[in-house]
Amino acid sequence: MSDAAPDYRQMWSDLGLDLPSHDALLGAVGQMYGDAYLTQENRPEGTGYLDFVLSEVHGLRIKELDDFRKEGGKIVGTFCLYVPEEIVRAAGGWCVGLCAGAEFAYDQVEQIMPRNTCALIKSFMGFKLGKVCPYIQVSDMVVGETTCDGKKKAYELLGELHNVHVMELPQLKREKDMVLWRSEIVELMNKVEELTGKKVTVETLKTSIKEVNDKRRALQRIAATRAATPSPISGKDALLATQIAFYDDVPRFTQMMNVLSDELEGRVASGEGVAPAGAKRILVTGTPMAIPNWKLHDIIEKAGGTVVGEEMCTGSRYYQDLVSEDAATLDEMIDDIAAKYLDINCACFTPNDGRIEDVIRMAKELGADGVIDYTLNFCGLYQMEGSSVEKAVQEAGFPVLRIETDYSMEDVGQLSTRVEAFLEML
Amino acid sequence: MRVLGLDIGSRSVDAVWIEDGVIVDARIADSGYDPQAVARGFVELGMHDAIVATGYGRHSAREMFGCPVVTEIKAYAVGASRLFPEAASVLDIGGQDTKVIALGAAGKVTDFEMNDKCAAGTGKFLEVMAKALGFELAEMACASRAADHGVQISSMCTVFAESEVTGLVHRGEDLGAIARGLHESISRRTLSSLKRIGADGPLVFAGGVAKNAAMVELVRAGFEGKVVVPEEAQTVGALGAALSLGG
Repeated sequence: MSDAAPDYRQMWSDLGLDLPSHDALLGAVGQMYGDAYLTQENRPEGTGYLDFVLSEVHGLRIKELDDFRKEGGKIVGTFCLYVPEEIVRAAGGWCVGLCAGAEFAYDQVEQIMPRNTCALIKSFMGFKLGKVCPYIQVSDMVVGETTCDGKKKAYELLGELHNVHVMELPQLKREKDMVLWRSEIVELMNKVEELTGKKVTVETLKTSIKEVNDKRRALQRIAATRAATPSPISGKDALLATQIAFYDDVPRFTQMMNVLSDELEGRVASGEGVAPAGAKRILVTGTPMAIPNWKLHDIIEKAGGTVVGEEMCTGSRYYQDLVSEDAATLDEMIDDIAAKYLDINCACFTPNDGRIEDVIRMAKELGADGVIDYTLNFCGLYQMEGSSVEKAVQEAGFPVLRIETDYSMEDVGQLSTRVEAFLEML
Repeated sequence: MRVLGLDIGSRSVDAVWIEDGVIVDARIADSGYDPQAVARGFVELGMHDAIVATGYGRHSAREMFGCPVVTEIKAYAVGASRLFPEAASVLDIGGQDTKVIALGAAGKVTDFEMNDKCAAGTGKFLEVMAKALGFELAEMACASRAADHGVQISSMCTVFAESEVTGLVHRGEDLGAIARGLHESISRRTLSSLKRIGADGPLVFAGGVAKNAAMVELVRAGFEGKVVVPEEAQTVGALGAALSLGG
């Protein structure tokens, strides 16, 4: 975060960032990162790449994106898993996940949104209004999606400030919903083609499907090593890897995560772990954790537990399914993409039994001692679904702790007590 | 070996010394503005061979005294089970938080619930409300017990409830009925917490608020099962902390 080169300041200024606010944000994130990550012991060497990427999160990476644009490339910003990266890349664009993980400029946000809006929505709006997110500034188009009522309305407000395209995500998974969803993907493809001036072809789509699948395969490898006792990587570092997957260069990230996986597999073979063998193993499920939201993982791991999995959008939902690589025609590829993405188990669907099955399966596979259901305040969908998840997971034999919180630090004391007591109980 | 259990809470610092599982001394002091200094005062008495800390200040105590720590949940479970071996659940209403704990065999925690970040329905809530009504804490409990009905109080948030109480006072409501309404609102909330974790009797009601006779009466009336209140309700956590060493 520190040692920002002067040329970045010029770039930030050119991108329309508010430099004093942006400095304050980077300072705060740097401090949080130092406290949560750099205090960890016995980290795998491969996490050095994560440290490097995070230290350049608003620097080198933005420069790469900016340079790409100067050569005529287009950037598409997203907030959600349902926006298919394969389509954007096949049309010659790059996808980046947008900032939504910290409290910023809430005073401005609350002038246009209710105070009791979920932290994720308030955060992305705050980053835009406060002029501190370079990712949205380099995005030629932002693609939203109708995953919840709050986001739907927020995209209308964001649309007044930025070029926004919204995809309609169905809320059931019937055949006719698939027809709608597929048509939304085709429309996105047309939009991105219009933006980049390039056509999606069988060749480019085949390549992008393979590239994005490879990224997911690398994350799957990391996830698989966490089933070992002791886990070779902290939950915090594994979470960070998934968070970075949303905005890093795809082939480079894939390569570096495979290097990390090689190391982790070696650690598993030699029984080397980050936490003591007796550390309680926790599976976390619930709402996404966008950078720099490391709050819950930090609390769990500082209390002596170890997070062995995330059943969330910044976790298994992002990488557990692949797009089929067998298709020969463009139409078939689009069918496969539509099928893969509609298969993600988000609480915006009804019913959403697949999520419960995933949580129980993961808890078993990863040898979890307990499950923590994590929900952002005012996320009605996950709050409502929480009781069914709790009941089913308890019936499967896993104790459950439910936590509702936001990005503020005011409840860390009480959350720590609850998490520590949960670990003592297991 | 003599073990000092320290419960460093928001309102008081409680200390219990045990030797071979028997209480040899117990003391309570106000947390004031420097609870760590209060805790150090107990440590400097030099009446112990080992320390275990619990409560909000446990992590600072670990740094200061290099001692092990346990959460308040475990401390209350262990302490309550020692005082009442047949206990099946624990209710602790402290200065800043409320805990309900379901106990399994040998006093093991099987489930628990704690209030979230605010002090709704805790000792602090009662203190603020007493002030709004112009009562001392003890007077408020007496007025509540003497009232023939309670006014419905809908806010559990300390700040909102204070406004609500002020409004009721201005409307000329009977102060005793308001006091009773406040106690009823806490006991309702507490009883529904107990229900959610499936707490059975006997229930050990501990923590500073267990010294409030109006609260005890209401919890007794609403809980399906026996409710017992330890004589030293405030030091159950410190006792549990001391007992948890080695077990």
